[in-house]
Amino acid sequence: MFYLSKKQLKEEELPAGHRSPDWPSRLAQLAEQARNPSLKAFYEAGVVAANTPISEVPLVAMDFETTGIDASRDEIVSIGLVSMSLERIRMSESQHWILKPRADLRDESVVIHGITHSEVESAPDLTRIREQLLETLAGRVVVVHHKGIERKFLDAALKRRIGEGIEFPCIDTMELEARLHRRKPSGLIDKLFGQKPRVSIRLPESRERYHLPHYPAHNALTDALSCAELLQAQVAHRFSPDTPVSTLWS
Amino acid sequence: MQAEHLEIMDFLRRYPPFNELPEEALGRVAANIDVSYFKAGTQILEFDQEVDAWYVIRSGAVEVYRRNGDLYNRLSEGGYFGEFGLLRENRVRFPIVALEDTLAYLIPAPIFKELFEQYENFADFVEVEDRSRLRQTVARREDANELLTSSIEVLIGRAPVTIETGSTVREAAIRMSDEGVSSLLIVHPSGSDQANVSCMAGMITDRDLRNRVVAKGLSYDTPVTQIMTAELIHAEHNQLVFEAMLAMLQHNVHHLPILKHGTPVGVIALSDIIRYESQNSLFVVSRIFRANSVEELSTLEGEVRSCFSRMVHEDANSKMIGRAMAVIGRSFKQRLLELAEEKLGPPPVPYCFLALGSMARQEQLIVTDQDNALVLDNSFDPMKHDAYFLQLAQFVSDGLAACGYTYCKGEIMATTPKWRQPLRVWERYFDEWIDEPTPQTLLNSFIFFDLDGVWGKTEWADHLSRYIANKAQHNSRFLACMARNALLRTPPLGFFKEFVMEPSGQQTQSIDMKRRGTAPLADLIRVHALAVGSVARNSFDRLQDVIEADILPQGRGQDLRDALEFISMVRIRHQALDLDAGQKPDNKIEPENLSDFERKNLKDAFQILSSAQKFIKYRYQASRIG
Repeated sequence: MFYLSKKQLKEEELPAGHRSPDWPSRLAQLAEQARNPSLKAFYEAGVVAANTPISEVPLVAMDFETTGIDASRDEIVSIGLVSMSLERIRMSESQHWILKPRADLRDESVVIHGITHSEVESAPDLTRIREQLLETLAGRVVVVHHKGIERKFLDAALKRRIGEGIEFPCIDTMELEARLHRRKPSGLIDKLFGQKPRVSIRLPESRERYHLPHYPAHNALTDALSCAELLQAQVAHRFSPDTPVSTLWS
Repeated sequence: MQAEHLEIMDFLRRYPPFNELPEEALGRVAANIDVSYFKAGTQILEFDQEVDAWYVIRSGAVEVYRRNGDLYNRLSEGGYFGEFGLLRENRVRFPIVALEDTLAYLIPAPIFKELFEQYENFADFVEVEDRSRLRQTVARREDANELLTSSIEVLIGRAPVTIETGSTVREAAIRMSDEGVSSLLIVHPSGSDQANVSCMAGMITDRDLRNRVVAKGLSYDTPVTQIMTAELIHAEHNQLVFEAMLAMLQHNVHHLPILKHGTPVGVIALSDIIRYESQNSLFVVSRIFRANSVEELSTLEGEVRSCFSRMVHEDANSKMIGRAMAVIGRSFKQRLLELAEEKLGPPPVPYCFLALGSMARQEQLIVTDQDNALVLDNSFDPMKHDAYFLQLAQFVSDGLAACGYTYCKGEIMATTPKWRQPLRVWERYFDEWIDEPTPQTLLNSFIFFDLDGVWGKTEWADHLSRYIANKAQHNSRFLACMARNALLRTPPLGFFKEFVMEPSGQQTQSIDMKRRGTAPLADLIRVHALAVGSVARNSFDRLQDVIEADILPQGRGQDLRDALEFISMVRIRHQALDLDAGQKPDNKIEPENLSDFERKNLKDAFQILSSAQKFIKYRYQASRIG
């Protein structure tokens, strides 16, 4: 008989690899260690307790466009930020920066995000907006689609500039989708009846599943908005306003 | 750095009323929007909840409910809601539920109000427009009925601000600023020759100053008479609020002077009254005039029906409903004639298109056929011109049929050669019918003497009405014949004892409220109206003239009015019930569908009709009149 035991199902709701970090303690600890004053201030702002209902958590959706995908070499060329709560995404509290990367703007990335050499030529370095960026993020949980990019790139970019990296609590909408669609390795049944196409957890396809409208991709601000809306939809369909933030963050 | 919300702006730009906003206003809206996602089934707004934003649907669909829980409207992408609440006390008037997963853009109240005040087109659109809505939205208000039945006088806030014809544009502008008004009436100086005819010479509005003076670069010393609108659409002080609004909409004017005995007593602006008005029929009329083909017009049939249903549910009275349906019918004809002229070219000689019967009386309901005719210029030459008018008549008649107005079984349509004649032939018809009535011409008189000009030389229709009134009033034999014919259809009094039903048709257990109720009432009121020389067409208006002429026994006129209202409303409500139940509406009611209350009142109403018929028999005996 092929069936999944109750235990197996339970585990698959929170896939292997998902552990809910204790962000309040971690940030307090980092605040002790941080040397850069604006970074220290960022950590000191802390974050809500792990059991806080998601509806009460101050959030900010963030998206980066980059010169490539290798955080150790590539740089951020634009940042989109949109403040939000579970209930409302506030465009009046949104920001969009074009930045001058220290790495070269490669032609193939220009094709993707449409930011050109001449545009970045006159743009500021990340250092110039660092404080403002950290202030906006302070006290909030950051909402991203694929934390691998935003987390690693900001960490690396800061290391290059102030000699210190950064950690911050994230809700990753891609990871929330992965929990639903990547929860089991294909088993015998799938192999027998399978060839079921792998469900895409990319941002546009994920949005489609929640009947969110199509947005043109690769503008950091639009992508941040896109991701913000996806989180609202995910919580509306799969969680509840009372879901503790620790279920979602990582 | 000010973020640019390209995606949001691109979306907004696609939909009215945003498409007419300047780019910077659009940018400001986009930069201040809140976004919310609602899963299908979520209650988005609850009744009386505080509302702090105007909702625009980015994707998905919602349902709009009435306070009582009835489904009222469905909106989809580009649709919007919450404006009724924002324009009143920031409380939700219509609960909203997400029908599908819905993403909404929320425009904060201060931004919405800013747009509303700053951009006239935006305000007009939000108030009157419905383009993106699957069905129209309407303000369901507790006092809607009262306001809809109120005369326009109740809305006059102040005496009109006026200036004399000799003034300059600058003086006019100063006066408008001083008085804080957006429109100014231009009057003839008292004592002048024109003032004896009508003291009102014209009107100017803020918009005129902008468009006709500043934009044209005219001198501020230009005489105000040079830029004013001279031929004014106006309303009488005792007209219904509702009629005034329809007039404004139909003629596309935003300011309407109100006259009392020829003297202006006030000016009302569309925006003044729109918030007091249920927007029902206005939407339909505005859509009729925007339709560009018969096919497009024919898609509005359902809207006409929902408009009818809504008015019934909102407790509109029979006069309002009859008028609204008549205005809608009239608008269909007008638009069809415009389209016909576009297709066939301008008419070879002037003409007037007539509506007859219930539409002319403004007592049209939902089940109605088309009675119409053409009055042509006396220079009409059948050999040369008739081919054109036949095509015109055919176009309109087929168009009306496509829009749900069935062909007249009695061929009383402009497609019939006999009813497509020059003015002098019509006069001759009416002479014959009045001087030498025969059973057939009497039937004609019943239909044709309720006539209304809907297009072209409508003054000919007024002329014919007066012609009939003058001639019939003094012809006692004709009146006696009309009276006798008015008795042919009797009220079903036996109905309440042994259930006398209509023997014909499928519904053996039913009674025809038109044939046995409203029609004989309209018939006998017509006889009285002809006898007192009334040129009114609506039965209630005719009755008022009859009451004022004092030819009825004390109190009988009022009784008749109540009877007509009650029977009409039973008929109307019954049709609305049929529509709601998805059945084909008709004029028949089944006794078991009547409440005790209705049954008792109907009995009284039919008694009144019966005694009024007895009275008419006595009143118009040929020998007694002289």
